[in-house]
Amino acid sequence: MANLIEVKNLKKYFKTNRGLLHAVDDVSFSIEKGKTLGVVGESGCGKSTLGRTVIHLHEKTSGEIWFEGKDISDVNKQQLKDLREDMQMIFQDPFSSLNPRMSVSQLIAEPLLIYKKCGSRQELEERVTKLMDTVGLAQRLYNSYPHELDGGRRQRIGIARALALEPKFIVCDEPVSALDVSIQAQIINLMQDLQEEHQLTYMFITHDMSVVRHISDDIMVMYLGMMVEFCDSEEIFHNRFHPYTKALLDAVPIPTVKAKKERRLIKGEITSPINPGNECRFAKRCPYADEACFASTPAAEEVCPGHFVACHHVREINNLK
Amino acid sequence: MSKILEIKDLTIHYVTDDEVVKAVNDISITLEEGESLGLVGETGAGKTTTAMGILGLVPNPPGKIIGGEVIYKGKNLLKLSEAEMRKIRGHEISMIFQDPMTALNPVLTVGDQIMEVIRLHQKVSKAEAMKRAMDMMEMVGIEGGRCNEYPHQFSGGMKQRIVIAIALACNPSLLIADEPTTALDVTIQAQVLDLIDNLKKKFNTSLLLITHDLGVVAEVCDKVAIVYAGRIVEYGNLESIYNNPKHPYTNGLFGSIPDFSKKAHRLNPIRGLMPDPSNLPEGCAFAERCPNATDECRKRQPPVVEVEPGHSVRCLMFEKEGR
Repeated sequence: MANLIEVKNLKKYFKTNRGLLHAVDDVSFSIEKGKTLGVVGESGCGKSTLGRTVIHLHEKTSGEIWFEGKDISDVNKQQLKDLREDMQMIFQDPFSSLNPRMSVSQLIAEPLLIYKKCGSRQELEERVTKLMDTVGLAQRLYNSYPHELDGGRRQRIGIARALALEPKFIVCDEPVSALDVSIQAQIINLMQDLQEEHQLTYMFITHDMSVVRHISDDIMVMYLGMMVEFCDSEEIFHNRFHPYTKALLDAVPIPTVKAKKERRLIKGEITSPINPGNECRFAKRCPYADEACFASTPAAEEVCPGHFVACHHVREINNLK
Repeated sequence: MSKILEIKDLTIHYVTDDEVVKAVNDISITLEEGESLGLVGETGAGKTTTAMGILGLVPNPPGKIIGGEVIYKGKNLLKLSEAEMRKIRGHEISMIFQDPMTALNPVLTVGDQIMEVIRLHQKVSKAEAMKRAMDMMEMVGIEGGRCNEYPHQFSGGMKQRIVIAIALACNPSLLIADEPTTALDVTIQAQVLDLIDNLKKKFNTSLLLITHDLGVVAEVCDKVAIVYAGRIVEYGNLESIYNNPKHPYTNGLFGSIPDFSKKAHRLNPIRGLMPDPSNLPEGCAFAERCPNATDECRKRQPPVVEVEPGHSVRCLMFEKEGR
């Protein structure tokens, strides 16, 4: 199938007082229509910045973004407005992403009004009612305000707002992280149903490994602004090649008895992405690091079909040819 | 082993002019020396209020301890005066708070903050206390030389280590950890959990771990109590709860977590929402969301039934099976 979105060598640097902060550094990927790309990594690895840059919420520093075969790297205001119809975002925090002074129906109607999608008041009401049904919000909440609702219902409003314009591509930035597990499962199921129904393409950003495996077709692991591993979501749970991916997955607590295994714990913490040198960004925490790792930044290479890893020693570590 | 903490029928309500929030209802748990118990539940289940109840920190008003006993080494903590309680807090029972970003005082150096608890409970000189504070920092894996730095100079994981150092500074017999790793990244979480586990073994400290993460519990705890709407719905050792969960809520919780080892097409969430603790139903609080609920469930409060030795469930389905 055709790629809906294609990103080539995307970079996003922020100017800070202490130097250039490399939030996203030379990331390339593509997502097929109707598929989900899971982006995982720890806080500060640039995964949210990546999502926001792709849909032009941040202006990129350099690189190319292609959407449905068209180059959308540089767009003017009007083009961007048209683009937003097709690209939407679901935000992490359903407590701060909704205007507290707007009712549920006003919140859901807002995108429809901005894009003048409805000719009459009646049509607008019908569309809002239908959207509330789609995301599982009871009609009695039509005139409620966000503070009256719990996190799960608020996140449903966020989803309804993102769906209102019938987009093709949705960036989901930690959409379930603020929710309790039982509610989290409801929202994940809802998002999967909607994806099937509307042929949606997701870029799903999260730090939760079990959620990402559940929902994604492909997974990209990021570390300090760079992609360290990219492959099929099944593959990564059986064959993970990058030392960081291994440590990250080993650190996930598993809810079964006797899952206590010897963990390859990594020492230390994420370093600063400000003015990084020409070295592997993970080298300072990597158990396999040697001079080569501090001498140059490894580029991503395809170690087996569809499986990309950015590590100088990937072959030695994993006994690959 | 001897019992270090026994909570009997603890009930805590928050009473305001308009409503009574029944945060904790008849919670009973026991903790042996050196043992760790996981208190698991969702937001608003009453986990933190239980911990605050043990330490006598429930804000009053509006919080009110309606009934029950908290027996620590033979003493009922609820009957102690504030001055007596202050000697226990931080000394014999200490707490690790959820959010390391707000638990530390931003205008005091971390060394001073660790020293504070040592100087408060033990008669030692300032220099000696500082030395002990630096030792504590080394123990949690931070250079002692950084004791004159302020909290903002440390990362989230390191701040949580400082909070742990403060909690362990007086070598307490009981440690209450309220979501100690929720604010941290997984790799840092693994480091902090290992640290807590090692220190617990070294000093034979008992641990009450409050969390919503069943994975964390499986790594650290011996016993588990599942809390729903202020009540313990299932209680037992780790193996019996994880391998043989009985209560429909416990089953629902396990069904809601995406399985890490295999890929399922759909999750089995619990439908609906937790009831409002200011308006709990007469019968079982879980009845509205329970797939097996009958009319009887809505009418009366299910009793605690022991389904196997040391494994008890609060559900009518098991009433007949019980002994």
